[in-house]
Amino acid sequence: MSDILLDVKGLETQFKTPEGYVHAVNGVSFNLKEGETLGVVGESGCGKSVTMLSVLRLIASPPGKIVAGEAFFSGTDLLKMSTEEIRHVRGAQMAMIFQDPMTSLNPVLTIGRQLEEPLMLHLGMTKQQAQTRAAELLSMVGIPNAKDRLSDYPHQYSGGMRQRVMIAMALSCNPQILIADEPTTALDVTIQAQIMDLVKRLRNELGMAIIWITHDLGVVAGLAQRVLVMYGGFIIEESTVIDLFANPSHPYTIGLIGSLPRVDGKQQGRLFSIEGQPPVLYQKPQSCPFAPRCKWVMDRCWKENPSLDPISDEHRVACWVDVKTGRSR
Amino acid sequence: MSDNNTKNEVLLKVENLKMHFPIYRGVFQRQVGAVHAVDGVSFDVKRGETLGLVGESGCGKSTTGRAILQLYTPTAGNVFFDGTDLVSLKREEMRWMRREMQMIFQDPYASLNPRMTVGEIVAEPLAVHNVATGKEIQERVMHLLNLVGLNAGFAGRYPHEFSGGQRQRIGVARALALQPSFIICDEPISALDVSIQAQVVNLLEELQEQFNLTYLFIAHDLSMVRHISKRVAVMYLGVIMELANRDDLYLEPLHPYTQALLSAVPIPDPVADASRKRVILEGDVPSPVNPPSGCRFRTRCPIADKICAEARPEFREVKSGHFVACHMVS
Repeated sequence: MSDILLDVKGLETQFKTPEGYVHAVNGVSFNLKEGETLGVVGESGCGKSVTMLSVLRLIASPPGKIVAGEAFFSGTDLLKMSTEEIRHVRGAQMAMIFQDPMTSLNPVLTIGRQLEEPLMLHLGMTKQQAQTRAAELLSMVGIPNAKDRLSDYPHQYSGGMRQRVMIAMALSCNPQILIADEPTTALDVTIQAQIMDLVKRLRNELGMAIIWITHDLGVVAGLAQRVLVMYGGFIIEESTVIDLFANPSHPYTIGLIGSLPRVDGKQQGRLFSIEGQPPVLYQKPQSCPFAPRCKWVMDRCWKENPSLDPISDEHRVACWVDVKTGRSR
Repeated sequence: MSDNNTKNEVLLKVENLKMHFPIYRGVFQRQVGAVHAVDGVSFDVKRGETLGLVGESGCGKSTTGRAILQLYTPTAGNVFFDGTDLVSLKREEMRWMRREMQMIFQDPYASLNPRMTVGEIVAEPLAVHNVATGKEIQERVMHLLNLVGLNAGFAGRYPHEFSGGQRQRIGVARALALQPSFIICDEPISALDVSIQAQVVNLLEELQEQFNLTYLFIAHDLSMVRHISKRVAVMYLGVIMELANRDDLYLEPLHPYTQALLSAVPIPDPVADASRKRVILEGDVPSPVNPPSGCRFRTRCPIADKICAEARPEFREVKSGHFVACHMVS
C-alpha cells in the first residue's frame, strides 16, 4: 500500500512575461503512494495546477520553463524524458482531467471517436475493439444508452455528462495515476455530488491513485486521504485529511478553514477573514510568502523562508511559529 | 420609526412574477416557443433583512433579480417596492426609483468600465441623478471609497490595477453612492477566492448594520447563504420550491429538492462529512423551454407520485413562515 508511485523533488517552474519572470512553483517536493487520493488545495495563482502540469510536462515552453527538480515515476525521471517517451506515459500511465469539459473536448469530433483514439494509440486496439470498449467505458461512468450516444457530439451532452466523458477518457487505458484539475468547479452542487460519487466508486473498482486539485476544502474533506496546502508556489502544509482539519497548523490553513461558513450549522458571528492579497510572484520569495497577511508574524518570518518540517508522523508545516503557543518553534 | 415597526415592514413584495423570453425561428421570425426563465414567483422582503435566493445555474434566480429592478420587462406579475408598483411605472419614474434600489454584480471584471477611473465609476451615479456637483462629488467619492475599505488615494486608478476582491469593493461603493435602501447582490462573491470571499461578505454585513440596508442575496453557495441570510428561498426551474427562516430551512428542509441540494454540499470537515446521509439526484435539470408538467422537479424527485405529473403543487404555508410547493408534504 505504501509503495511510492510518484516522487517529486524540488520542482521549480517559471513563466516569462513582459513584466519579468513569474516564479509560479518554487521548490515543491511531495510523493504519491499507490492507490491513495492526494488533495491539493490553494487559491488561484498558488501554483497547484502548474505543479501538476509540470510533472506531466504539459507546460508550454516558451513562456513556461521547468528550471529545477526531479519527478520519479516507476524509477525514471519524467522531467528528463524525451518528448516521445513522455507521450507513452501521458494518457496511458498518467491521465489528466480538466476543469472545463467543453474546452477539453474537440467540438467537431464525435464522443466515440475521441474515446477510441487513446485506445488505438496506447493499447493498439483495432477500430472494432476500440468501439466496444468505448461503449463499455461510457456505461461505466453512468451514461445511459452508451452505445447510441457514441455518435453524439460534445454539445449534445450536458456539463455533468461531458465531465463523465472526460473521466471515461482518462481511465480508458487503466492509468496508475489520475490527475484531476478542479473537475467539479464548473458544475452545480447536485452534479458535483454525482461526479464525486462516481469517482469514489471507480477508485474502489480500479484502484488508481488520484491527485485532486481544488480550491474547495469541502471537496477535499470528502474525497482525499492526504492533503497538500499550497501558497505562493510552495507547499506550506501537508497532512492526513483528518489531522489537517482537526489540527490545522499553518496560519494560512487556519484562516482558510475559518473563512468558510458551514452548511451544517456551527454558526459563528463574523467570518474569519485573511486580510490583504495573495503575493505576486515576480521575485522568488526569500522570506515567508504569507508573512504580509499573517497575524502571528515575527521578525524571523521577514528574513527567512521556513522549510516544510514535520510536527508529527504524517503532518508537516512550513512556519516559524507554533500557533498553539504563539511562540517560535 | 421605532425598531418594532422596521422589523416587520415589507419593503419589497413580488407577486406571481413571470419572465418568459420568446424564441424566434425561420425567415419570418415567428415565435416558436419561450424560455420559461421565471414562472410565477411570489415572495416578500422585509425592511432591514437579507433574503437569500438560492438555486443551481439556470434556475432563474438572476433573472428574478433583474426583473425586480425592471431591467427586463416582466411577462406578468407585480413588483411592489415600498407600496409602489414598479411594473406600472413610466421609464422616467422608474429611473427615479432606481436611486432606492441598486445592484452588485457577479463578475467584478465585466461590471466595471475599464476606461473609467475608479473615481469616475463611483461618481457616475451621483452625476446621473444630479444629487451632487463639483467638489461635493469628490468628497462623496472619497467617503465611499473609505467606507468599503479602499484607499481614497486610489480614485485616479483604473479597474485593471485592482484585484478581484478590490474590484468587488468598487462595485459595492458604486451601489452605495445614492444611499439606496435595497440592494440586489447577484452572486457577489462567486468569482472570488475563498479568503477574499469572507472579506467581502463581512463588508456587506457591516454596511447593512450601519445603513439598515435590505439585501436580496442571490447565490448558489448554500453555505454562504446560510451565513448571511435571515430567510432563504430555494428556486428550481423558474419556481420557488421552498421559502423559510434560515434555521428552519437548513435544519428541517421539507421539499425533497431542498433536502437533496443541502446533502450535496460538501462540508469542510472529514469526520462530519463521513457520517452524513446523502441524497444523490439522478440526471440533469430539464430545459426551461419545455418544463415538465405539474411539479417542475418530478423528473428527478425520489418520491414523485402520479399527482405530481398532473397538477402543479400550490406554494403554501405549512408552518408559520415556512412555505413549500410539494404535493407530498403534509
